[in-house]
Amino acid sequence: MSDHSEPGKSPTTLSDPADWLEMYGDFLYRYALIRLRDSMLAEDMVQETLLAAIQSKDGYRGRSSEKTWLTGILKHKIIDHLRNAQREHAWTDENAQEIDDLQDMFDAKGRWRIDISQWSEPDLSLERDDFWKIFVDCLQRLPRKMADALLLREMDGLETDTICQVLGGYTTNNVWVMLSRARMRMRRCLDTEWFEREPGDR
Amino acid sequence: MLSCKEASKLVSESLDLRLPLKTRLRLRLHLSMCRICTAYYRQLHFLRRVIGVLPDHVEAVNPEPLSEEAKQRISKFIGSDK
Repeated sequence: MSDHSEPGKSPTTLSDPADWLEMYGDFLYRYALIRLRDSMLAEDMVQETLLAAIQSKDGYRGRSSEKTWLTGILKHKIIDHLRNAQREHAWTDENAQEIDDLQDMFDAKGRWRIDISQWSEPDLSLERDDFWKIFVDCLQRLPRKMADALLLREMDGLETDTICQVLGGYTTNNVWVMLSRARMRMRRCLDTEWFEREPGDR
Repeated sequence: MLSCKEASKLVSESLDLRLPLKTRLRLRLHLSMCRICTAYYRQLHFLRRVIGVLPDHVEAVNPEPLSEEAKQRISKFIGSDK
């Protein structure tokens, strides 16, 4: 399947909806798969997104590209799904497990037990396909809710109080703690799985 | 003086909310003197940037496209026969 790059900078009209599946289906599917980790569910999301897009195409104002517009609809669908998914709250278990994690990081006086050195030229990694594989692998090693919280914050730009509502059963303080731990784990994972490796090993 | 443990928590929180001025100044002071927390701060900002551009790299992560069966099913469902 060829990768369809964004057609034009800011088209003011939409292309034929009958072409959307062919043009954007793979992209939407891959995006949804990263967020939901389930191919059937990701397929359903593509379907729902395209259907919603067709139904609301008259509301398209041409302010964003067609692809960005469709991605926005998909994001809403994913957020709705997370909101409705009554996943059991595994927070207490994760919490207990996490406390040990943090104790490894700091000594009794709150000083780092580990050394953190600057990553050299991290931006160069963004152009490497193998970096992205490792990145998402690290993401998927996070406890589920923690990964959801991180992506709701950093990908969707939701505020913490909205994240509480989406995930259900969390206070804003829980969410700050969860985000802080998610970032700490991601940092560590990228450090060991990517940046600490010799360029030749990558 | 903030401990590194407190500072690391504030570094993360500064990405999620606007810290009170006094707290911001204490954090800045700590960062100006602490190499490790400064590296941590930069790495969390890098993490934010990475997640921001992840949508441009979904194909690298999941090379598999939608299956033909899925495409047919979706196509039928949304009524755009091909």
